[in-house]
Amino acid sequence: MSHYEAPIRKPLITGDKTYHDVTLDVVRPVEGKANKSWWIAFSISLIAFMWGLGCIIYTVSTGIGTWGLNKTIGWAWDITNFVWWVGIGHAGTLISAVLLLFRQKWRMSINRSAEAMTIFAVVQAGLFPIIHMGRPWLAYWVLPIPNQFGSLWVNFNSPLLWDVFAISTYLSVSLVFWWTGLLPDFAMIRDRAVKPFQKKIYGILSFGWSGRAKDWQRFEEVHLVLAGLATPLVLSVHTIVSFDFATSVIPGWHTTIFPPYFVAGAVFSGFAMVNTLLIIMRKVSRLEAYITHQHIEFMNIVIMITGSIVGVAYITELFMAWYSGVEYEQFAFLNRATGPYWWAYLTMMTCNVVSPQFMWFPKLRRSIMFSFFISIIVNIGMWFERFVIIGTSLHRDYMPSAWTMFSPTFVDIGIFVGTIGFFFVLFLLYSRTFPVIAQAELKSIMKSSGERYKKIKAEKGDDAPLHEPYKQEAMPDFTNEFNK
Amino acid sequence: MASKVLQAIYTDDDILMEAVKAIRAKKYHIEEVYTPFPVHGLDKAMGLAETRLAITSFLYGLIGLAISIVMMNFIMIEDWPQNIGGKPSFSFIANMPAFVPIMFELTVFFAAHLMVLTFYLRSKLWPFKEAENPDVRTTDDKFLMEISVNEKNHKELTELVYNSGATEIKLKDN
Repeated sequence: MSHYEAPIRKPLITGDKTYHDVTLDVVRPVEGKANKSWWIAFSISLIAFMWGLGCIIYTVSTGIGTWGLNKTIGWAWDITNFVWWVGIGHAGTLISAVLLLFRQKWRMSINRSAEAMTIFAVVQAGLFPIIHMGRPWLAYWVLPIPNQFGSLWVNFNSPLLWDVFAISTYLSVSLVFWWTGLLPDFAMIRDRAVKPFQKKIYGILSFGWSGRAKDWQRFEEVHLVLAGLATPLVLSVHTIVSFDFATSVIPGWHTTIFPPYFVAGAVFSGFAMVNTLLIIMRKVSRLEAYITHQHIEFMNIVIMITGSIVGVAYITELFMAWYSGVEYEQFAFLNRATGPYWWAYLTMMTCNVVSPQFMWFPKLRRSIMFSFFISIIVNIGMWFERFVIIGTSLHRDYMPSAWTMFSPTFVDIGIFVGTIGFFFVLFLLYSRTFPVIAQAELKSIMKSSGERYKKIKAEKGDDAPLHEPYKQEAMPDFTNEFNK
Repeated sequence: MASKVLQAIYTDDDILMEAVKAIRAKKYHIEEVYTPFPVHGLDKAMGLAETRLAITSFLYGLIGLAISIVMMNFIMIEDWPQNIGGKPSFSFIANMPAFVPIMFELTVFFAAHLMVLTFYLRSKLWPFKEAENPDVRTTDDKFLMEISVNEKNHKELTELVYNSGATEIKLKDN
């Protein structure tokens, strides 16, 4: 069997790792006990989540008037947060689906956590439209329910309804994609578990995965087809999110460039969040051998490219506003850059267009500390991008007497902080109970991309046997069993 | 007499692949192989037929597309046509561009979910299903091969399996 890979490629799994070592490294956080810093992080996240929950309850019981919205600005933090969270989700699918189609092996160390991030982020995103409905218990009215029920059919011409279908398809497909990949890894934890309770739980989670050759054949086919389906799906989701704005007639929203611009921005912010999470996780869970400097560097390159695409989109928008000759359009963009929200525009430009350009320098993009710093900056910048698009396009409309500013109330802020808390609660729980690396998949590339085997190949040639030395038991004789 | 199988444990995917080829070359039937990770080419070496899950997914996608068209045509055109923002809503084809996003989403929804369900059912995977790998090490780093054996060939087969590099060989009732 050929395990050839060009020797010039750096190993994706560093250190002297065998198959069994991978198992041990992946189960360590699950079988071990949580340390103090985990409990501190978890407590802070839980408090933030509880605070957010309180603000949600206050909003629902009192009304949307508790937010800073007014008659000019009917959408502000809620939809900003919604788009921000959905965008963050996109990196997970990009890593697991698009990089699978391109056969990028480096995805295998990070896809599990990136997909987890996707699901947790989309959950946060989904909360905002539901809360904004005011009466969330009627959320099922967005489903196509017959007229006889008491309301009209839903309107299939509305981008907001497209969003309902896009986000729910995205969330559910991401979930089965994730879970199907998890089955063999849950099975690995199940088969190692000594405590009956753990064995039971992981037995249920693993759906009785046994690892037959036929199961693996189907598993790989399902993964390939799901990747093929998820790739256009993920592009469609943020395209449709951008339609919420692009199909309107508000100057500053009514822009044909929105779909690709939003998708690039989504991938940009998502990769930044993956970097934020994984730079911490690789340290805390001691996964430096799997999530290497090279992985971080690759993600930084994606951030650099998508950040530049976003930058081009910003400038194109400005140019088109001027070139269109439409006064309202021109005002919207002039007001964005030089009006009372100039500081938000400047934050967006600096964080999203300038900061990723540092990644052209190999020294900077290989630095863990710098990558972490930039990832936070990008997350901030992308939040401001959505606020700039939404808030500044609305706050000075056609009638100067209606011009106003938006100031968030403590409830607006509380719900946003609450979703960040909820997100980290989910991610922290995940990091201690789930196999955070797709270990089964990773084992299949050990011999081509693991440092241990790369060394053997370098020393003894590409055709050298790569198996570990083994000791056979004495050959048994089953004559007695058959003569019984 | 109940049929019996040999269970042979291997410690490496390359050795396993060579063993599968050697045993198949002698016309023995390999019942099953349990591996901790997908060993590429193993299905072909064992002579397994190709899976048709991708085809089912395509068909499920077509069903999703058809359902979305029928649903939106009924709701928006037949049952309760409305004039929404001056958009043409009294013929399907004129209103169709606005339906494309949901036609796409439902195609993907059906193709993905029904394929995964088919996979789970065909491979017998569901919550509370008991695992069937005979040795717990096969989800870690060991590979287990099951070959049917009888009183006539057991000596020759045991020797063949042993020489192919199996570290442990056991006899089990099937």
